[in-house]
Amino acid sequence: MQQRVTNDFTIRVATVNGSGSQSSNLVLTNAIFRLGIPVAPKNVFPSNIEGLPTWFDVRISSRGYQCRTRDVDVLVALNPATWRTDIAGVKAGGAVIHEASYPIAGESQRGDVVYYAVPFNELAKANFSDGALRKYLLNMIYVGIVGELLGISEADVEAAIAAQFKRKAKAAATNVEAARIGYTYAREQLTKTDRFTLERITGKTDGLSFMDGNRAAALGCIMGGCTVAAWYPITPSSSLCESFISLADKYRTDSQTGERRVAIVQAEDELAAIGMVLGAGWAGARAMTSTSGPGISLMAEWAGYGYYAEVPAVIFDVQRAGPSTGLPTRTMQGDVSFAYTLSHGDTKHIVLLPATVQEAYTMAMDAFDLADRFQTPIFVLSDLDLGMNPWMTQALPYPRRPFDRGKVLREKDLDKLEKWGRYRDVDKDGVPYRTLPGTNHARAGYFTRGTGHDEEARYSELPDVWQRNLDRLIKKHETARLAVPQPLVEGHGHPLAILAYGTTHHAVTEARDILERLGIETDYMRVRALPFSPDVAAFVARHERVYVVEQNRDGQLYGLLRVELPDHLISRIHSIRHYNGVPIDAHAIVDPLLQAEREPAVVAE
Amino acid sequence: MTVNLIGLSRDVYKGLPTTLCAGCGHNSITNHLIKALYEFGVTPHLLAKMSGIGCSSKTPAYFVEQAHGFNGVHGRMPSAATGAKLANRDLLVLGISGDGDTASIGLGQYAHMIRRNVDCVYIVENNGVYGLTKGQFSATADQGSTLKNGTPNEYSTIDICGLAIELGATFVARSFSGDGKQLVPLLQAAFAHRGTSILDIISPCVTFNDHEGSTKSYAYVKDHEVTINAPDFIRPREEITVDYEPGTVQEIALEDGSRVLLRKVDRDYDATSRIDALSLIHETRRDGEFVTGLLYADTGVPDLNEREKLVQKPLKDLKEDELRIPRTEWDALFTT
Repeated sequence: MQQRVTNDFTIRVATVNGSGSQSSNLVLTNAIFRLGIPVAPKNVFPSNIEGLPTWFDVRISSRGYQCRTRDVDVLVALNPATWRTDIAGVKAGGAVIHEASYPIAGESQRGDVVYYAVPFNELAKANFSDGALRKYLLNMIYVGIVGELLGISEADVEAAIAAQFKRKAKAAATNVEAARIGYTYAREQLTKTDRFTLERITGKTDGLSFMDGNRAAALGCIMGGCTVAAWYPITPSSSLCESFISLADKYRTDSQTGERRVAIVQAEDELAAIGMVLGAGWAGARAMTSTSGPGISLMAEWAGYGYYAEVPAVIFDVQRAGPSTGLPTRTMQGDVSFAYTLSHGDTKHIVLLPATVQEAYTMAMDAFDLADRFQTPIFVLSDLDLGMNPWMTQALPYPRRPFDRGKVLREKDLDKLEKWGRYRDVDKDGVPYRTLPGTNHARAGYFTRGTGHDEEARYSELPDVWQRNLDRLIKKHETARLAVPQPLVEGHGHPLAILAYGTTHHAVTEARDILERLGIETDYMRVRALPFSPDVAAFVARHERVYVVEQNRDGQLYGLLRVELPDHLISRIHSIRHYNGVPIDAHAIVDPLLQAEREPAVVAE
Repeated sequence: MTVNLIGLSRDVYKGLPTTLCAGCGHNSITNHLIKALYEFGVTPHLLAKMSGIGCSSKTPAYFVEQAHGFNGVHGRMPSAATGAKLANRDLLVLGISGDGDTASIGLGQYAHMIRRNVDCVYIVENNGVYGLTKGQFSATADQGSTLKNGTPNEYSTIDICGLAIELGATFVARSFSGDGKQLVPLLQAAFAHRGTSILDIISPCVTFNDHEGSTKSYAYVKDHEVTINAPDFIRPREEITVDYEPGTVQEIALEDGSRVLLRKVDRDYDATSRIDALSLIHETRRDGEFVTGLLYADTGVPDLNEREKLVQKPLKDLKEDELRIPRTEWDALFTT
């Protein structure tokens, strides 16, 4: 056997969509996690219900890296359709566990990997009489095989199965049986010749549990006081509202009367979803919708209305690969520049950019406060990777502060005021005062409109009035620069820097370590919101070269930086882009960065 | 000073001066609306005036100035109205739309508002033509009717009322902007009804659609109106003082205890029969006529808020302790 590789490798499970492999994949992930080893699962799945290929990567990383890696060390091959290409993707020195009937010949015959042929189909057939169940249980057999070969105890796998099938004791028992078949077969029939092992460690996963970003965002909506949600199903955002529904069923429903402290409407389209959210926000409720790129496109008109008429709203955009229908089940940071200026005319929104499950939660709560405080739509740009993959995370913090409902005038406030104007800049921060429908005061009412209006909300087409209002709106935007989540900086004093946002963060973390081992130290800024904090320009000014890394073809944030940075800083920023639909990995940063550092002229833009 | 049931003068229900054309049917509707709101005793601060885009959608500025108004985007008022009503169930949501806003760009939202039975009053000021863009056909223009320049409409018409009934609407009426006697009690009944109340009000456009080839001109409407019933609105606990001949009146009980009495005009008609309503709409259209009155009412159907089992307190007023997961139940959320 070659030199052992312990707790640092990646398992890829290649299956057919609809075969129930997700449960087995999660059990495997969870069982490894129970050994105290950090794991980062990435589900690369098709836009399909049944029949197309799907892959599940379990990255095992003692350092705790959570980004995708290109390397496949252990392949579990259960899809004949992709067998040949899956084999080709295994790193030299890897191991292949495969259905025994798959041919090993020609391109699938490699001398630099170890093969374990397992008669999965025969084992399943011999042990499970129910044909419908058989294909699901077959997948659990692989968990037993992998467990035995890599050194996961049966007890850990059984505990993971129990957790997976929490309320279904019978299903849990059958799955335990399937896993045992795998263990037994591997013990009796396979001789370990690969180099990969798992060993229990401590101190790496204390206090962590798994959660996906969509559920974390839904929790943020519950804790942020959202009472109206309107949505149209779209991958990869559906599970955000579905999580919200299940949380609302439990925590917003009176167990005696069945009365609900929330309204959730599945709208006819995204136009209606955002319309309901704005209607509710105008009437004083905290309201949200969740969607992805195509939905954002449809929301453009209402988004401009919300900006100009100044109506609070929260819009979650769980980004997927576009343009058009694109790759609905693949990830991208593709809506950054679009969302920032969504709608015609002079529109500019506040955009939050969560990178972690923690931020998916905290920024959801922030979004409702910011929407009320700035009386405007707030976009929260997550992505498929964050939204749908399970991530290890610390317990989310219980909120400490009350809701910030912003500048709302109540009856007693109006009594004290001789006059008030809906769009007057009383506090010189660009943020006006509003009243809510239902306020019992003769002077509370005003007319909300998307047409030109003056400080008193009266219709106006006067040039001065129009321009004054636009100037106040941009002043409000300027005020927001310091109110939104501020950028985070790691490293100090190096001439070279990386700037990124959202889930790209996880690849940057690993890339910086690789670069450091190569003798290149970097500082790092992670932007967490738009508009840019003043810190961003200051950071660029402190560095000779700043590589802006993002997951889209056109360098969207890079483009926004070029527009907003002072002219003399623009030449300092360079763009690194990743856009193939799967989450960015460290080498997608390291390789172009090294090349640019060696040949600066090539990338100078 | 004369005041209404809640002690307010009629002036409170007025709004800004109209900016529509002199003689526009919409202005008559506004006046009837002011009368209906005043007589009904609608509480101004609980009124939410909603609209989309178009001539019709400007009219919320012309009544109850002190109420909150929301002039949204084209064809999308139903969704905003839905959100507002969910946020604050105490509001009387009054939406004003036009035939372009409802039957073309907003047809989808119109349909789904009705499906959900959102508790709101939805008025279509229907003139068969786009006014603000100067005289193009709308989808309610009758097949064969013409534009001012003589261009005929080749396409089939969308019947606002027929469509509403098909979609499960719970209150559907058609009227004419010039017929306050019919319209004011219909509006009051709509205020009282819990659920979506559709009022399709033919409202001639004096500037672009009042010519000879139009089927929505004053002259055509006056000649071809078939009134199926004449409504009287009887508020809760109010006594009926008029004597009706037995068998000539259909009484429909509304959810708040008020009633609408339908005096039969032309023929025996049951305003609670969906089939009769659809037949009548189709027959009159076939004959080049249009029917007015309360065409269909189905009271007691749960509205959206009821189906969603919303608490009585408006959602907008709920506080942290009513909305957040209790601290004691928090940690259990984070176990693998």
